[in-house]
Amino acid sequence: MATLNILVAVCLIYVTFLFTVAFAAERAARRGHGGWLRSPLVYTLSLSIYCTAWTFYGAVGYAARSGLEYLTIYIGPTLVMVGWWWILRKLVRIGRSQRITSIADMISSRYGKSNLLAVGVTILAVIGTTPYIALQLQSVTLSFAVFSESQPVAGGITDQDSTALWVAMGLALFTILFGTRNLDVNERHHGVVIAIAVEAVVKLFALLAVGVFVVWGVGGGLDETLQRIDASEIGRWEMRGDRWASLIFLSAAAFLCLPRMFQVMVVESDRESHLRTASWAFPAYLMVMSLFVVPIAVLGLDLLPEGSNPDLFVLTLPLATGNESLAMLSFLGGFSSATSMVIVAALALSTMVSNHIVMPIWLSATGGGATISGDVRNVVILSRRISIGGVVALGYLYFQLSGGGTALASIGLISFAGVAQFLPVLLGGIFWRGATRIGAFAGLSVGFVVWTYALLLPSFGSGALISESVMLNGPFGLSWLRPQAFFGIDGMDPLVHAILWSISLNTLVFFVASLMGFPSPLERLQGAQFVNVFEHSRRPQGWSGNVAQSEDLMIMAQRILGAQEAQKLFESEARRQGVSGYLPDPSPDFLQVLERELSGSVGAATAHAMIGQIVGGASVSVRDLMAVADETAQMMEHSSQLEAKSEEQARTARQLRQANEKLTQISVQKDAFLSQVSHELRTPMTSIRAFSEILRDNERLSEAEKVKYSSIIHGEAIRLTRLLDDLLDLSVLENGQVNLNLQRGVLSNVLDHAVSSALTGSIDTRLHVYRDRTQEAIPINTDLDRLSQVFINLISNAQKYCDADAPELTIVVRPSANQIQIDFVDNGSGISKTDQAVIFEKFARVGEMKAGGAGLGLAICREIMVRLDGSINYLPGQGGAAFRVLLPVSLAKPAH
Amino acid sequence: MSERRTPLFLERQSYRRRRLIDMIRMLPVIGALLWAVPLLWRSGPDSDVSTSTAIIYLFGVWLAMVLLGAVMAKLLKLAETEQDIKDT
Repeated sequence: MATLNILVAVCLIYVTFLFTVAFAAERAARRGHGGWLRSPLVYTLSLSIYCTAWTFYGAVGYAARSGLEYLTIYIGPTLVMVGWWWILRKLVRIGRSQRITSIADMISSRYGKSNLLAVGVTILAVIGTTPYIALQLQSVTLSFAVFSESQPVAGGITDQDSTALWVAMGLALFTILFGTRNLDVNERHHGVVIAIAVEAVVKLFALLAVGVFVVWGVGGGLDETLQRIDASEIGRWEMRGDRWASLIFLSAAAFLCLPRMFQVMVVESDRESHLRTASWAFPAYLMVMSLFVVPIAVLGLDLLPEGSNPDLFVLTLPLATGNESLAMLSFLGGFSSATSMVIVAALALSTMVSNHIVMPIWLSATGGGATISGDVRNVVILSRRISIGGVVALGYLYFQLSGGGTALASIGLISFAGVAQFLPVLLGGIFWRGATRIGAFAGLSVGFVVWTYALLLPSFGSGALISESVMLNGPFGLSWLRPQAFFGIDGMDPLVHAILWSISLNTLVFFVASLMGFPSPLERLQGAQFVNVFEHSRRPQGWSGNVAQSEDLMIMAQRILGAQEAQKLFESEARRQGVSGYLPDPSPDFLQVLERELSGSVGAATAHAMIGQIVGGASVSVRDLMAVADETAQMMEHSSQLEAKSEEQARTARQLRQANEKLTQISVQKDAFLSQVSHELRTPMTSIRAFSEILRDNERLSEAEKVKYSSIIHGEAIRLTRLLDDLLDLSVLENGQVNLNLQRGVLSNVLDHAVSSALTGSIDTRLHVYRDRTQEAIPINTDLDRLSQVFINLISNAQKYCDADAPELTIVVRPSANQIQIDFVDNGSGISKTDQAVIFEKFARVGEMKAGGAGLGLAICREIMVRLDGSINYLPGQGGAAFRVLLPVSLAKPAH
Repeated sequence: MSERRTPLFLERQSYRRRRLIDMIRMLPVIGALLWAVPLLWRSGPDSDVSTSTAIIYLFGVWLAMVLLGAVMAKLLKLAETEQDIKDT
């Protein structure tokens, strides 16, 4: 006999297994070979979080009570999936092109990035989902209780509350671990998705196993089972037509609007083509899931004692027939359904709560918004973690307060009806350009008020939250406002009544208010983008960035995306614009891209506000409005051609201007250098000539004088040689005739050597060097001497030119897959933007500060790094002068 | 960016692809109609439709939806790869 302890052990093993799977998936994805993680199959399986514990246990109970009505809950989503070409395809495309992070983000983006709307949707989603989370906790505790009943030895774990508490804490932990590992700009969670997919397989397998066992093991074959069904109390077709139709509609609507479904369907979606497979594979999954529900219900009614809870037939039927291991499997199936739902729901809701409620409050509370110091990423991640905890805690609290009673059983459909209120606004938003923010707000409000009044409050029982007299006579004696008989239409099913009125009033108000209002320009642009997403997947231009400083933007982006990501983005944008370095021009295009990247991390409304702070407000140009208003294809084509042309011309002009500036500067430098070199050569030459003449012509020199003069000649000759050496070195490097001496070594040793030789050689050793040795223990295979030469040059440059009172140099080493990145950042005033363009050129010297070498150091460094297959660049926006050295981990090809 | 004006008559392959998409569009409508048929049955204890018949009918429609959907998805994939080959 399976003891409760075994059950607990099985649970723990299963949970450990899930953690391992999720962890392995995360790792595979990070290493870049996670292609299989994103197959259509995984996508389809992840959709199965639609089937919660309410399906696993509740469907059988539902069937035992009301016959085939339970099928409506699965027919609705089937129709939506089969009809993917209509709605889902568009949702996924919009989700991808606009970097949507949640359903609240979707609605707020569409209606002019209004945060008010996002907050509203978030709150309503939380209200609608909390009871549902409570339902999952209840199902797990109930199934635990079933096992402890069959097992009289109470092991102390039978306490329902503590079971629920443990489960809730475990789920919150899992979600925090894998849902907030990093702030992914795409908002995708490989670990979570793969765990969900595994759980989908487990629950399907468990339900099938029980079904097969019931039909062929207990029921005596297919024919006999069908006869039994007809002979049972649900053997005749009994269905209220209005419920059949409206429940199919309701489940279809909820399938689109549930935050957790939106999360797996749109946000986690990787490729549109996955939808094509899921369009038939997910209906097949649903069909198989609901196939054995009626046989299990009928045999449960037949075989189990009168009054047993039909919600638990899936579990009690195998137990009653003495099949312990099957019961265990079935328990795991139910456990899987409950946990996967809670995990994704918590993830989806926490994204919404954190992006639309916590972050805006935090940003306005800290005043300066994006320009304050500190890493915003940590705040975002922290606020998500707290939100996850909060959402799960709310579910647990609801479970506690409702007493885990039967009141929860009906909450599934009530919850569905709640989130279905998003449907008019969602569909209106993607199909109707005239839909406005005011309309959306009004429609949603009306829908939710009606839902609360006609369905949610009465569901707690007459007289509990809504008084008996109101139920019978309406509020203030207004009988046409009775909660379950609006306008005096009596005798409707309460659920159908609530769905009908809430959805239709919602739609009506949304429509009328949209017709009467006038949308802001941003709303109109977003509307056109959403509705016509297939015609132009590019975003409209909303920013004029002349005022924006790229450097400020970079500082902000680094805080949100992380330094690495931000620098990569800025660099690639700069390259696209044809500008070298890390700072692209703040063109509207670039600002669009940046905003979209940011919105992947903090939501569209917040990202818009943050960029707005730096750029100085959104402005929609006349041309943008014309592009929206312009309906004729001819005009569109014409203007887009012109635009493309002028863009190209602008880019060419920019490149030409840059090249010209560079040429002028180089020519100026060359002149300066020639006189410099002549001077440098002339000075030692003069003294060499003078002193050798003295030595030649003066015979009465003392021995001491002779030594003195000849050592002066010698010193000057060395200086000359060094200068010529440098020139020679450079020309050898440039001609590629250099022999690299490849050696294996450790990066920290090379740095040690460089630091000591750069600092000891000089009198001025005030420079303080900060390093993190733990990061530096990287084995490298390259020309160590040449590399060391580069480092020495960078360090002694910092020593020479850093103008801070207490000069400091920070060396940051960051290894990645096949490159090592070494940043040298000092705390001086940095290098001005005009100088940045030329410092790597030969003979360039920054400013006319101190006379150093001949200005060949950085040019040599650059040539060396090119030979070593790496690069060296100036890194703007780091506070002081900063250089980034990129080095391949191993130099494969030996240079000639 | 620039949208070419689509000609009035399409080549045979594009024509077939469009009709295929029409079929995909119609599929949920057909499904909804078929699943609405039970509304016509007489309901209640004296109904002449037994639950087993109802199960067979409803799941039969379901299976048909899945199979049709799978065939459509396959055809669409073929059509799209052809399109890609032609485009490049």
